[in-house]
Amino acid sequence: MTPNRAVSDDIRARLFPFPARHLTTVLDLKPPHVTALLDLADAFVELNRQTAKTLDLLKGRTLVNLFFENSTRTQSSFELAGKRLGADVVNMNPRTSSVAKGETLIDTAVTLNAMKPDLLVVRHAGSGAPDLLARKVSGSVVNAGDGQHEHPTQALLDMLSMRRAFGDVGNLTVAICGDVAHSRVARSNVALLTMMGANVRLVGPPTLMPPAVDRWGVEVHHDMRKGIEGADVVMMLRLQLERMDGAFVPSMREYFRFWGLDHEKLKHAKPGAKVMHPGPMNRGVEIDSDVADDPAVSLIQDQVEMGVAVRMAVLASLAERLEQEAGR
Amino acid sequence: MKTAFINARLVDPASGYDGPGSVLVIGDEIVQVAHTPTIEGHTGDTVHCGGAVLGPGLIDLRVKTGEPGHEPKETLKSAARAAAAGGVSTVVLQPDTDPALDEPAMVDFVTRRARALGLVNMLVAGAATRGLEGARMAELGLMQEAGAAYFTDADKVIVNTKVFRRILTYAKAFGALVAHRPMDPWLAEGAVATASQLSGWNGLPAAPAVAERIMLERDLALAETTGARLLVDQISTADALDSLKRAKARGVKAFASCSINHLSFNEVDLGDYRTFFRLDPPLRPEEDRQALIEAVRDGLIDVIVSAHAPAPAEDKRRPFSEAAPGAIGVETLLPALMSLHHEAGLSLLEVLRPVTSAPAALLGLKSGRLAEGTPADLVLFDPGAPVVIDAAKLQSKSKNSPFDGRRLQGKVMRTVVGGRTVFGG
Repeated sequence: MTPNRAVSDDIRARLFPFPARHLTTVLDLKPPHVTALLDLADAFVELNRQTAKTLDLLKGRTLVNLFFENSTRTQSSFELAGKRLGADVVNMNPRTSSVAKGETLIDTAVTLNAMKPDLLVVRHAGSGAPDLLARKVSGSVVNAGDGQHEHPTQALLDMLSMRRAFGDVGNLTVAICGDVAHSRVARSNVALLTMMGANVRLVGPPTLMPPAVDRWGVEVHHDMRKGIEGADVVMMLRLQLERMDGAFVPSMREYFRFWGLDHEKLKHAKPGAKVMHPGPMNRGVEIDSDVADDPAVSLIQDQVEMGVAVRMAVLASLAERLEQEAGR
Repeated sequence: MKTAFINARLVDPASGYDGPGSVLVIGDEIVQVAHTPTIEGHTGDTVHCGGAVLGPGLIDLRVKTGEPGHEPKETLKSAARAAAAGGVSTVVLQPDTDPALDEPAMVDFVTRRARALGLVNMLVAGAATRGLEGARMAELGLMQEAGAAYFTDADKVIVNTKVFRRILTYAKAFGALVAHRPMDPWLAEGAVATASQLSGWNGLPAAPAVAERIMLERDLALAETTGARLLVDQISTADALDSLKRAKARGVKAFASCSINHLSFNEVDLGDYRTFFRLDPPLRPEEDRQALIEAVRDGLIDVIVSAHAPAPAEDKRRPFSEAAPGAIGVETLLPALMSLHHEAGLSLLEVLRPVTSAPAALLGLKSGRLAEGTPADLVLFDPGAPVVIDAAKLQSKSKNSPFDGRRLQGKVMRTVVGGRTVFGG
């Protein structure tokens, strides 16, 4: 099945070489790149809504998914993105391969590099692990989440969801709520949103705020109602259950009472405000099911859809850059 | 054997002299120090120093090797060569080897092996607790008889306050010096960076700086109430310096060391997770580094150490939080100190005191000064000569130098230990 001609022409017209060899942090992007990437992703959303969803922009390219941490959603999102672009996709599961037998990350990288992957998508529990890999491989490294550092494609897909819901993100007030300290999603979002001019607030208990957060240049709130007052977007973060049991907060029920999002608290946000969550959700812990499943306020399903489109845009754009480098 | 070092610029922190002079060595001893360019009536071997600095050989109180146990990292011989090339005539080896240096036979064994190399003086710090486990006191008295320079559990914190108090109390019987890393182990658990704006952004597990002050306050209180001599191992935060200052003012017998790394780098040097800057204690914000330099200047910090800690590439080339901590440094100590002289404006006397007369006084060594009747441990160096550090060319078996590629000033021309030239010349 061949893709709709108008849609594929639109994608080709918007395609541009990625501004860097790798995507390890959103800080490597500048506002025009972000806009161009989101424009391209918009076109991929159209493609993904067609019956024929494939476009052979990555034909002959190899994409390796290297996930040291479990993530069904992100891994399958990248896998789908790669396959829809015609790439050969290999999913490596380091927990069952030689990495579990004491091989270091660098050994793995060198071995992988010998297989000449064009695109290496990495998730690792250590902050900075993708930077380390990027120094050792010849292809492009995409950070799919490193420790508590960054998750760039998540921030991009969040921004695409917001842009499609509100038009422009520059005027938005976004409240990011919950476990900011341990969240790579929060870091990438704060960086990307402030770069694009949005007003960002961080909301949560002081024990779940990063050190020196008062110097991040964003508003910090410990009172959730005040924190989301007048916000256009309430972005909830996932809270690891093991942090709930007296370690960072006293209990699940106490957390839900003060920082869990329900319709009552949401009333304090701006009328028409949207709710987001990177998933997977702890229903009844950081977010009430009534809110999460309310199509009038929830963008959570959109986020999943945008995830594939944004990753297609990133991969296609990185491949375009590789092409350009090879042609030089 | 009679050698005259003439036309030198003598820098001797012990006497406070910085000026022209010459030194006469007979055998392994300095027999004459003259504040004139030449030695009157000398015939025989002569070293023309050409105005370069002649000072006491450096004394480095904190050097790790991998011997015994992890020789691929570093041997006594490779460490001794690195020290000699760095103008360091005396090093104190740390006890956290495998097995640990926690009993007199081990202290004796390593001391003998080091002496047999005939390069630099290698003393041994004995473990404060058996197996460095922080539970039972090691044989401090017997180890001191065997030559142990001081006692420490190296990087390990002696968590149990009762154990540490007993060690300090017992050490008094021998006038022994006990060193301890001030770090609250609970706050620092799993941390690889200082809690700050930067580490927060980079998502690195971090401990607040106050983790150092909390443990330091405990140690100072114990030193005060026991009357023992405490060496605060690698102080690194401005906050802790305030505590130290107050304690010293009260007459507590506390002394402090600081690593050259914390005087040379700050947390920004981590860059995009460069593991050669993964240190223990972690690098701090620039305000702390500035406070440390001021504390060296005013003498609040007594001793500067290289904190030489070899780690092979496979232990360093890992994600930041999994990488081995530590850096080699004994060979680059002198040019790094010269940076403090050239860039921070410390005088040569001020930067050399913490690596010569001050550590000598702490350990009761005769060396560390230019004086008649003291060991002929000398370093001759050009304080202004530019050097580019190339880690691959350093003597250590491990090449984990954070100074790799740095342009520094200060070149060691000759190192003399016990009257013998062990490097240069």
